[in-house]
Amino acid sequence: MIVFPLAGQLAGDSPSPQTSPSRGREQPPLPSRGREQPPLPCRERAGVRVDPQCRPPPSGSVDTARAAQYPPRVTQLSFTGYAPRTWTIGDLVRCLRQMVEADFRLQDLWVKGEVSNLSRPGSGHLYFTLKDADASLRCVMWRSDAVRQRYQPRDGETIEAHGRLGVYESAGQVQLYADTLRPTGEGELFQAFLRLKARLEAEGLFDPARKRRTPPWPRRIGIATSPAAAALSDVVHVLRRRFPVAEIVLAPTPVQGPEAPAGIVAALQALNRHARPDVILLVRGGGSLEDLAGFNTEEVARAVAASEAPVISGIGHETDFTIADFVADLRAPTPSVAAELATPDRLELAEAIAGTRLRLQRLLEQRLQRQRDELRQTRLGLAAGAPRARMANARQRVDEMQLRALRGLRSHLALRAASVRGLAQTLRAVGPPAVLARGYAVVQAAATGVVVRSTGQVRPGEALDIRVHDGTFPATVSAPKKG
Amino acid sequence: MPKVKAKPPEELVFEQALEELQEVVGSLESGELALEDSLKLFERGQALADRCSQLLEQAELRMRQLVPDERGGYREEDLEVEE
Repeated sequence: MIVFPLAGQLAGDSPSPQTSPSRGREQPPLPSRGREQPPLPCRERAGVRVDPQCRPPPSGSVDTARAAQYPPRVTQLSFTGYAPRTWTIGDLVRCLRQMVEADFRLQDLWVKGEVSNLSRPGSGHLYFTLKDADASLRCVMWRSDAVRQRYQPRDGETIEAHGRLGVYESAGQVQLYADTLRPTGEGELFQAFLRLKARLEAEGLFDPARKRRTPPWPRRIGIATSPAAAALSDVVHVLRRRFPVAEIVLAPTPVQGPEAPAGIVAALQALNRHARPDVILLVRGGGSLEDLAGFNTEEVARAVAASEAPVISGIGHETDFTIADFVADLRAPTPSVAAELATPDRLELAEAIAGTRLRLQRLLEQRLQRQRDELRQTRLGLAAGAPRARMANARQRVDEMQLRALRGLRSHLALRAASVRGLAQTLRAVGPPAVLARGYAVVQAAATGVVVRSTGQVRPGEALDIRVHDGTFPATVSAPKKG
Repeated sequence: MPKVKAKPPEELVFEQALEELQEVVGSLESGELALEDSLKLFERGQALADRCSQLLEQAELRMRQLVPDERGGYREEDLEVEE
């Protein structure tokens, strides 16, 4: 098929051709090295809409004199009746570039090939060539994309690159502006990952309700990782700094390669059965999706779900999510962060303990204060309440006693009175008047009043007074005689 | 009154000391103790807090690893990790 150059005359009287019905059937117009330069592409070949700028300059601006220098060629090709035009390189390459960039299929593509001529100059951009048995393609990755790459390709590796196709005008070179690189095969891995994730998710293995809380101050921290891994020293570093009072128990396991899944499962089981940790860290440093494949297996996912101790995962970098991460009780972006999430910080703890001291102090003060209050209450009670009651009591008792005493006294007095009356009667009965009344008399010396009790007391002629019941009469002693 | 015959604080590991410290605070907060018990508990709390602080200051991370034994189980050994 012959493709004609657009003649200058055409530019004036006809718009650029629109899409052709051949869209999608033909390959895009990629130049391939080592062959003849393909015919000028500015006519529609692959159903690409051509930018209106993509045409040769109007005839007026072209050096017609120069064009006239090649009359034989012009006349040869001029069977359409147009005068052929000569392109400038700039116009041509720009045209090529616009055509390439206008094809959406070329602006978002994956391409597979072997890496060669890899270079990374100081600018940070990445340059390499992708090739296969038939052809090669220059590739560039700008620094902004290059620094985000987890996977670093090497010469000789077969990789898949994603990006857009463009034309580097000053070299007239088609090249791939890559933004993502991955080792071949990762595409299938990723599909498998998505399928497993969907299945386990449907089963409820990622359910937030399943997730357990990790203990605030773990005493034993189980770690499942490779003893050689940087992840382990990262974790140890963080734990030494944050929470050195804990104890770690490592269950060594390979974390990549074919033995990784079984090893990880065994490590988790060994920790749960033998070490009985309060929490388990399942950690591994960064790597390609392939390196992390062990953490994307169903057996590991189920072992994490079955772990008695809560599991904190810290696998790869921040952007890596593995199936194990989804199942874990807590997901940390990196091993170091996993160690941080598992433990309280020493300084925070020290503060908390200082706070507890203060609280203890306050509690004691409160307790003492309460005791003092109670004491004061009691004192008040003593002064006000209790003594008064006691005194009232005593007073009542005194009253009672008085009453009783009075009553006792009265009866006593009554008794006495009675006996006095008796005595008086007795007295009266035995007293002199009663005796005299019975016929006795009392004899007294008239001169002295002495009662005469014996004969010797009187002499003849002595005057006496005789006292009888109703009075006294005088008498004289005639002659004394003994009785 | 809880923990009359408690272990001396220096025999406690950090988590035990911290746990008991929290219990002590809880008991004191409940406020149902006799004054003398409160004082004892307070002293115990202080000793526990001292122990916690001391352990935090001085502790060195203990590191062990599980090693498969002859009977198909595991035993623990000391672990060295280079940082």
